[in-house]
Order: sequence, then C-alpha cells, then structure tokens
Amino acid sequence: MEQNLLLTYLLLTPIIGSLLVLFFRQEQIKLVRWFALFVSLIAFVISLIIYFGYDRTNPQFQFVHNVLWIESLNISYNVGIDGISLLLVLLTTFLTPLTFLSTWKAIEKNVKMFTFSMLFLEAGMLGVFITLDIFLFYIFWEAMLIPMYFIIGIWGGERRIYASIKFFIYTMVGSLLMLVAIIWLAVYASDITGKFTTNLLELYKVGPTIPHQIQGWMFGAFFLSFAIKVPLFPLHTWLPDAHVEAPTAGSVILAGVLLKMGTYGILRFCLPLFPQSSVEFAPVISVLAIIGIIYGALVSMVQTDMKKLVAYSSVSHLGFVVLGTFAMTVESVQGAVIQMVNHGLSTGALFLLVGIIYERTHRRDIAYYGGIAKLVPLYSVALMIASLSSVGLPGLNGFIGEFLILLGSFKSIVLNSWWFTAFAASGVIFAAVYLLWMYQRVVFGEVKNQELASHLTDMNVREFIVLIPIFVFVVWIGIYPNTFLKLTEVSTQTILQQVSSYTINLLK
Amino acid sequence: MPLSNFEYYQLMPFIIIGLGIILSIIIEITVKKSEGILAWGSILLFFATALYSITNIYEQGILFGGMIEVGGKPAIFNFIFNIGAMLVVMSSIGYLKKYGTLYGEYYILIQSSVLGMMIMAGSKDILMVFLGLELMSICFYVLAGINRKKLSANEASMKYFLLGAFATGFVVYGIALIYGVTATTSITNIVENFSVYSSNIIFITGSLLLLIGFSFKIAAVPFHMWVPDVYQGSATTVTGLMSTTGKTAAFSVLIILLTAIFANNAPNIFKPYFSAIAVLSMLLGSIIALSQNNLKRMLAYSSITHAGYMAIGLAASNSYSISGIIFYLAAYTFMNIGAFSIISIIEGENDSRVDIDSYAGLNSKSPVLSAFMSLFMFALAGIPPMAGFFGKYYVFVGAIDSNLTWLAIIGVISSMISVYFYLRVVVYIYFKEATEDFKIELTPYSLSSVIISGALVLLFGIFPDLLLKLITSVVTL
Repeated sequence: MEQNLLLTYLLLTPIIGSLLVLFFRQEQIKLVRWFALFVSLIAFVISLIIYFGYDRTNPQFQFVHNVLWIESLNISYNVGIDGISLLLVLLTTFLTPLTFLSTWKAIEKNVKMFTFSMLFLEAGMLGVFITLDIFLFYIFWEAMLIPMYFIIGIWGGERRIYASIKFFIYTMVGSLLMLVAIIWLAVYASDITGKFTTNLLELYKVGPTIPHQIQGWMFGAFFLSFAIKVPLFPLHTWLPDAHVEAPTAGSVILAGVLLKMGTYGILRFCLPLFPQSSVEFAPVISVLAIIGIIYGALVSMVQTDMKKLVAYSSVSHLGFVVLGTFAMTVESVQGAVIQMVNHGLSTGALFLLVGIIYERTHRRDIAYYGGIAKLVPLYSVALMIASLSSVGLPGLNGFIGEFLILLGSFKSIVLNSWWFTAFAASGVIFAAVYLLWMYQRVVFGEVKNQELASHLTDMNVREFIVLIPIFVFVVWIGIYPNTFLKLTEVSTQTILQQVSSYTINLLK
Repeated sequence: MPLSNFEYYQLMPFIIIGLGIILSIIIEITVKKSEGILAWGSILLFFATALYSITNIYEQGILFGGMIEVGGKPAIFNFIFNIGAMLVVMSSIGYLKKYGTLYGEYYILIQSSVLGMMIMAGSKDILMVFLGLELMSICFYVLAGINRKKLSANEASMKYFLLGAFATGFVVYGIALIYGVTATTSITNIVENFSVYSSNIIFITGSLLLLIGFSFKIAAVPFHMWVPDVYQGSATTVTGLMSTTGKTAAFSVLIILLTAIFANNAPNIFKPYFSAIAVLSMLLGSIIALSQNNLKRMLAYSSITHAGYMAIGLAASNSYSISGIIFYLAAYTFMNIGAFSIISIIEGENDSRVDIDSYAGLNSKSPVLSAFMSLFMFALAGIPPMAGFFGKYYVFVGAIDSNLTWLAIIGVISSMISVYFYLRVVVYIYFKEATEDFKIELTPYSLSSVIISGALVLLFGIFPDLLLKLITSVVTL
C-alpha cells in the first residue's frame, strides 16, 4: 500500500517542537512562547492540508502510514484517519495554539516546562485520534497522562496535588483493565487467524466473533476505561477537581480535547469491535448518560464557583454525546460527533472567559461579581455568546448537536423508546437555567463590589485573538453545519454498518 | 579433553572477568591509592564483557562436558549483569567517597559476584548452579556491610548472611534429594526423564526445595522477610546491584530449569507454586510499599512486586512469557539502578536524606536529576513508552496466552496500587516546596550512570525490538 507521511509529520511536529523547547534558556520566556505558538500553528497548517486532501466519499481510512515497529509481536506504527478522527484532529490542532496564546499572562512559572508538557500533550492527543493499531493507541492514551498530570500538579490551584493524583489514578484504573482486554483480544486473534495482531482493521473482523459472554467482559473493560475519561455518571468525580484545580490552559485542553478521547474511543473501539455487546448494553448506558445529563445540570445550578459550574456542565453535555453514540442511528451518531466539537468550542471558550476574569481579580465565586456589564461590556458580550452556544440556542453550534442527538435517539431501534429522548431534552432546558442564571448574576444588576470597578479591565487584543476564531466556528457550525456533517457522514455510516451487520438478529 | 581455540573464544566472557579479578587483586596489593585504577578497570572490564557477550550471542555451545552453556540466553544475561555492574560502579565512585569507604576490594567483590552470576546463568549442571550462587551470594554478604562503621550496614549484612545461608541450605538439600533420585547432576539428563521422575515424591520435594531456595533470592513473598531491612541497611549502590543483577541471576537459573523441562514437553507441575508466589508478591509488595517513607525501603517492596510480575511469566512458561521475563529483567535492571544511583547522589552522611521528605522541591535544586527520577518512577510504574511497560506487557501476553488471564488481572490491579507510591515521589519532587536545604554533590561518574540508565530505559521503551529480537531468537520452547 502506498504510504502517506502527512500524519506522521503532524505527529512529529509537536514532539520535535517539545524537544527543541528544552534547548531554550529558562529566561527566554518570550521566545519560548512565540516558538510554541509557531510550532502549534505549523501543526494546524498540516492538519488543514490533510483536511483539503481528504476524500469525504471514501469510507476507508486515509493518509495511512504503516510501518512494522515491534516485529516480535507484530505491532506496527499504523496511522490513518477517517472523517471522525479528522474532525477531532482539527479540533486539537485548532485549540492548541489558542490555548498557548491564552497563557501568555497566566503562566509565569517555569514557562519552558509548561510549553514542553503542552506540546507533548498535543502529540499524545493527536496520536490517540490517528492510530489504527490498538497497542499504539494504548501507548498514546497512557503517555498523554504524564504531561496532563504535570500541568495540573505544577501550575494548578490550591488543591492541585490531590486533583492531579486523582486524575492520574482514575484514568490508570480504567486503562489497565483495557490493557488486559487488548492483550486478550490480540491473543484471541492469533487463535482465530493464526497471527498475533493488534491491527485495528483486522480486529474489526475478529472482535464480533468473540463468544457472547466473554465479549460482554471485553466490552466492559474497554468501556470502563472510556467511560472514566468521558466521564460518564457515576465515574465523573475526578472531573470537577481536575477542572477546578487545573490552570485555564489545562481546563481548556481537558474539556476541549481530552474528554473527547473517551467518546471517540467508544465510537472507534467499543461499537465496531463488540457490536453485539454494544447493542445489548446500549439501554443501560443510555440511562446512565441521561442521569449524567440531568444530574450534571442540577449540580451546575447550585454551584457558587464559575469554573466548577462549567466543569459540571461538561458532565451534562457529554451525557448527550454518549446517548447519541449508543442510539446508533446515523443522525444521532453524527450529532454526537458534532457535539464533541461543539463542546470543545463552547466549553473551551467558557473556561477561557472564566480564566480571563480570574487573571484580573483572582476570584471565581459568582457572588463576588455582579453588574460587570457596565465595567467590561466587550467581555460581557463574549460571555453571552459562549453561554448561548453552550445552552444550544438555534443559530449557534450547540443547537445542531443536541437537536441531531435528540432526533436520532427518538427514532433509534436500539433504544426503542421515546422516554430517553424526553428525559434528555429536559437537559437542554436545565442548561439554559444554570448558564443564563449564572450570566445574569455575574453580568447584570448593580456593581456589587466597588473594588471591581477599579481594577477590572476589559479584554485586550490578545484575548480577542484567542476568542474570535472560536466564535467564528460557533456561528459557522450553527448556520451551516453541512461543512462538518458531510465530513463525518460516510465514516459514521461505515461504523454503523459494521454494527448492524452483526446485530441484525438482535434487533428484530 | 583440551579445549580447542574456538572454545576459548566462546569462553571469553569468563576469561575476561576471571583475569580481571586476578589483575585487580594484584593491583590492589601492589599499587597505593589503587581505587581510581580499579574503578576504571572495572568499568572497562564490565563493558568489554557485555559487548563481547551480546555480539557473540549466536556462538552457542556447551563446554566442559555439559557443565557450562555459552552464547544464547546466557549471553543476554551476561549483558544485563555486566551493564548493570558497570552502572553501579560508576555511581559508586562518588558514593564511597562520601562514606569514606573507598576500598579497592569493593570493586573486586563486585567483579567476583558478577562472575558468580555468569556461572549461574550459564550452568547446565545443578552443581554449577550452586557454585555460581555461592560465589555471588558471599560477595553480596560482604558488600552489604561495606559501610563497616555503620551499625545498620552491619545488621543488614548479618541478616542477609544468616537468611541467605538458610536459603542456600534449602538449595543444597534440594540438590541432594534430586541427585538421590536421578543419580545425576546434569540438568540435561534430569529433564530427559522428567516425566518419569515427576511422579516420585522425593524428586518433587527436592525440586520444591530448590525452587524455595531461589524464591528467597528473587525476593518473592513469602520468602521476602530479609528484603526490606537488607535493602535499607546496605550501602545504596550495593542495594542497586543486589536488587537488579542479583535478582536477574536468580531468575536466570529458574528460567534455565524451566525451559529445559518444557523443551521436553513435560507438564507444568510448578504452575500453582509460581501463581501463588506471584499473587502474594504483587499484592503484598505493592500494598506495603504504599506506607513507606524511606525510599530505599519503598524500592525494596517495589522489588518484591516486580518479582511477582516476573513470577507470572514463570507460571505461564511459554515463549512469550519467558522472553518477556528476560526483557523485563533488563528493563528492571536499568530503571532500578538509575533510581538507586539518584538516591545515592541525594543521600547524605549517616543514612540521612533517604526519606521522601528530602525530595521535596528537588526540581529547584537539580532539574536534571528530577527529570530522570521521574522517568525512572514512571518506568517502574509501567507507563508507556518506558521500557518497564513493555516488560510487563510481554509477561501479560504470555499469561493470557496460557489462559492465566486472572493472573494478568491481578497484575494490573497491583500496578494500579503501585502507581500511587511511584507517583508520590514525583509529587514531592515537582509539586512540593523544599523543606530542607542541602547541596547536591554531583560527580560526572554518577551523573553519567544516571544518564546512561535513563537513555537505555527510553531506548528499549521506544524500540523494544532492539533487545527483544535477540531474546526471541534464542528463547526456544
């Protein structure tokens, strides 16, 4: 097969960049910052080149680069993308430079190491989205923990040590069981095909033939790992801690990209590898997703800390993604994919905005603010756009995702009940309640604290440059989602065909 | 029967080390201030032997009438022993100065112990196993107490000697019983009729005694009692040597015995035994390590846990798991010696600064050491892409291939537990503020030991095939 090196270049860019950062001197803060921005923009440009070269009618994986890596165990360095991974790769490379730009004031301590960690993290995330070898996937999945652990632990808030360890151990617990399942799958494949393999495309053929009961366990091991990452109720407790304690840049990447790795994993591994079990467990998981939607929203409502509110809203929003995935209709899965991107954009923007105001006042409690519309009008507008996008106002991006998911789950054969949709829809209403209420308390009314008036300044040019690209996409997806939906349509159908071809008997 | 020229070449690793020991003794007697020469001499000696062994891996043969095997698996073990010993010697130079125990015989003892390990790894006869074991162990007993003015070192040495002698007693008794049944000490002859003997209760008792003796040496639960005290009390560099190459040597014997048995398609009657010690070692080691504040003691319990992971491979005993153990041993040797080198650098006089509190804020004192310490901790925790992960991975592949998935699951549970105490070190280094003020005396030797270990851990992590291809080509089951 012809090799395409573009994805490898994309992966190598942040890795080489992160290694080069080590050669800068500790004092050259400015240079390091510009360099990081430059490297992450190169990665973005490469991903754009990939985007324009991508053939959206081709259901196969594209830009494949496959080299044998560990001969003794038949493991290869095998990367390639379909529409779904392309969209998430774009999201990653798009958010990373913006995140770098957003930290120019917030991160003063040890900038060199921060940049190193962030670039390393970007490489890990890209690796997770593009790999076609399940072993390689595991390596990226784990390796990416280390930089995130440092980002929370070194540059985080007061309880950063607790949060970073909790984050690390939670994720480890899930992924180690997945490791056993991965090995079991590879050994099983060697019994069936006579070859020990971790190649995803070959495992797609082997996975559905696993005996029913064992497949349930395998599905469980994979799903647990992904569910922790998503995070699905009741495995979400690491998320608020990690989000609240992480620095703004960490929160943006965490919400924007890291959580998507869980939902991406479900879509790429759980569904096609274990279709029978996926269908079987779909109703139970959907119930958990809906509990997550409602629970996340209710908890958000009572938060007094802005960052925590946004963090819990993630639990709610990602519940939609999981519901959409397990409804297993083309609409709902496409909605889930677009909702992953939406959540990355709107929650990312919300975290950035909370970060912006926190940099100025070092306070995040809602009660402290009030009436800031008069002091910082531009900021208030930006917060309005981000909140509305998160709420799902028609015309902005959030609406498209949620609408498609609700539509798809309504007519889903797998779920086969309109109750799911009915309960999930209530989450949309709750979202409006907690976000708009927060907005009202922070922005409108009289200026509560006079000290705010003295040192609260409006957004500067750099902060605008960070937010405007996000808002462009917020509106773009809201008005013309076809640009993105067309990208994922064929890939979504491929995955669903794989599922339905093995579960046709189960669904009758 | 005189040896041919070719056989002399094959014996070269033994000849190099043997001549090296004699030469070192002469230098030690005749030259004043010989420590510098001996240190450099040992580094060169070990490096030459390691290089010779690994490049002549395919020159396989059995010498001295079926006593010693050269090339193949023993060559890989020789590589691990010698590189490990080289790294330990490098980190010893500064450490011994700090303690004022810069004696020339330290290096000679290390050389002799390595010769012992090489004999163990190459033996084709149970008596040779015993010979190598004793040569290695006696050197270790002395080395453990090298800080002879320290009470804790004396205690460690004594404890090690008494319990070690006890374990050796098991081995000898086992050998005697086996000889009593089979009337031979040749491993090849014994395994040929293994299925006949395996119903003989005396033979089984003998084999079990032999296994128990070696379970002591690999530091597996329930024969681990000596480990924490000895590791904590001995000189730090010596602990580095004992915990890695010493363990590798003991495993090499177990691997030789088991592969010989299974090459004859005999049933794996030791599976329950190894499964049991694997489970006990993994869980007990990792749980007790959670509460340790002394880093040397913490690594002692971690060493028990790692012995447990490797014992999974012995229980599975297929070509995956045996190659896995050998790779794991190499990875473990490099990452553990790296960690102990750093501890020996940080350590102050009189056993001070070995507690985790001394590592608080280390990043502000020495970013390089901090980075490497974290690297070793992540590697020990088994996080990819460090070499430690691949060792575990191959062992688990072997276990699942032998339908021992439950052992692999207990293995990952123990990994989850152990993540906590490895991470704790990283937390102290990076996330906490320094509480003690001290100056780190970094010698170029010890630093290069750390850097080489770190480089090997990363190299074999990212390109495991470099080593793994060699291993799988010589492991035949």
